[in-house]
Amino acid sequence: MVIERPWKRWVYFYIPLTLFVIGTLFPFYWMLITAIRPDAELYRSWRAVNNAPFWTLHPTLEHFRDLFEKTTFPHWLWNTFFIAVISTGISLFCGLLAGYALARLKFPMAGALGTSIFVTYLVPPTLLFIPLADIIRNFQLGNTPWALILTYPTFLIPFCTWLLMGYFKTIPKELEECARIDGATRFGAMVRIIFPIAVPGILSAGIFAFTLSWNEFIYALVFLSSPERKTVPVGVVSEMIRGDIYFWGQLMAGALLGSIPVALVYSFFVEYYVTGLTGSVKG
Amino acid sequence: MKKPIAGGTNGAVVVALPHPGTRRARGLTRFLESERLLASLLLAPTVVLLGTFIAYPFVSGVWLSLSDTSVGNVGHFVGLKNFAKAWDDSIFQQAFRNTFFYTFWATIFKLALGMWLALLLNRSFRGKRLVRASMLLPFIIPTVLSTFAWRWMFDPTFSVLNWLLFRTGFIVNKIPFLSDGVYGMWCAIVVNTWRGMPFFAITLLAGLQTINPDLHEAASLDGANGWQRFWHVTWPLLKPVTLVVVVFSIIQTFSDFQLIYVLTGGGPANATHLLATYAYQVGVATGLLGEGAAISLFMLPVLFVVVWVQLRYLRRLEGA
Repeated sequence: MVIERPWKRWVYFYIPLTLFVIGTLFPFYWMLITAIRPDAELYRSWRAVNNAPFWTLHPTLEHFRDLFEKTTFPHWLWNTFFIAVISTGISLFCGLLAGYALARLKFPMAGALGTSIFVTYLVPPTLLFIPLADIIRNFQLGNTPWALILTYPTFLIPFCTWLLMGYFKTIPKELEECARIDGATRFGAMVRIIFPIAVPGILSAGIFAFTLSWNEFIYALVFLSSPERKTVPVGVVSEMIRGDIYFWGQLMAGALLGSIPVALVYSFFVEYYVTGLTGSVKG
Repeated sequence: MKKPIAGGTNGAVVVALPHPGTRRARGLTRFLESERLLASLLLAPTVVLLGTFIAYPFVSGVWLSLSDTSVGNVGHFVGLKNFAKAWDDSIFQQAFRNTFFYTFWATIFKLALGMWLALLLNRSFRGKRLVRASMLLPFIIPTVLSTFAWRWMFDPTFSVLNWLLFRTGFIVNKIPFLSDGVYGMWCAIVVNTWRGMPFFAITLLAGLQTINPDLHEAASLDGANGWQRFWHVTWPLLKPVTLVVVVFSIIQTFSDFQLIYVLTGGGPANATHLLATYAYQVGVATGLLGEGAAISLFMLPVLFVVVWVQLRYLRRLEGA
């Protein structure tokens, strides 16, 4: 072990790490403090003498009340949740089957298919949103949750497939062979032996996919139009700024409440999420 | 032997309960025994979904970009006119330059800070799990929502950052964070760095953890200092994972939309547009689908090069 002097440990470790923590978390603290601060305190010039921006002595839930009474925020939360869950489910189903096929089965074009799924993984949504909007209109899906439930898998499936394919490759083939010698069919061995072993991988892919769909913005912005159909990110952007006026208290209250579900899911499954994250870039 | 419970796949029932008498089940079982047929069955949902919502829109986008389609009007073929028009458009030129500028600096910062953070997190200290988990928050929280918090922090009248800098004596007059094009671009780079750095840090940390500590010990016994140990031991071993992370980040940053859309909306005076936000403004807000599609297709060559590098690299790994 390399031995360090205490001052070196402070300069090279504690101070930088503290700065990283403050820098990373400050915007969230700022969200919280803005959300519970009364309007009278909120809109004070940055040069005002009596300004104490980092705390408030008069916390209020007024902004949260306005959020629920004046906007369709609960609808947005539900929509976001519903769309994220269903599209994650679809993507896991497809990714599981495709990942297994690409990792285990021999068939012509396996390599080419694997490569093309990987390439679609790298296609950003912003490249395709204009023609997709046209297609969604032609399919009569505009302004319905199905527009998103069917398009989110385009960036989730490649990721799930990629991750699960890597996972399946780590499961020894012998397990399957044993099951088949015992009389299981190929399909039976896949469903009853391999899939249960892959549960941690499935969980990682699922958590990661869920946060990605919760985060998605441009498709939701382009495909949805009526206020009560929107997802949280789009609703906050388009319904909470009236004219040129930003209602910062409400906005931050909405941002906070819109972040909590995904932060909760994340905090329960940090390790799985990290596996998903690091697995998402590994070949 | 205790058998694991089957997952919720429909076909599982047929296989799990053998019907020795019926012909159909045998046919199906035999059908599933063929690797080719099973593979095509398993890949069908993926291929159908990706085909309908990626390949088809891609082809359709190329067609749109070659036509003068707008909302409500069926387009006609106009050749490369949309591309030529965009190329001569000064806002497009600005957006094009911005996109490279933004990607370049944001990626550099994310890599440098992410590497630093990864090295810090690779040491053992109390509360490490908590710190690591909270460091990923910017990456988890929907970008639009956290960008609003930044926008509020950059507010022209009520900026807390101006207040802080003023009180600590760094500035006398307020900094025009988002009301000036150059500052606006740098603000966007800062926010992008803030958001994307955790991704670098956590993936690089995963890479760091695979490095054998004995190597460091050997190097320090040989008299290498901290920097030399990083440069000659850590960095070469970390290069592969770094390349992959950088490629991913370049793709995401180059095609970024939401951050700019919320932070500046492309303003002031179209000074901070990226290709994606400008394509949105032309294609969706103005309704000129053809021109919008052409603008977003300008991203393709760069993405193509990046993906090609990535694929070549993967091949090399597989070959090794």
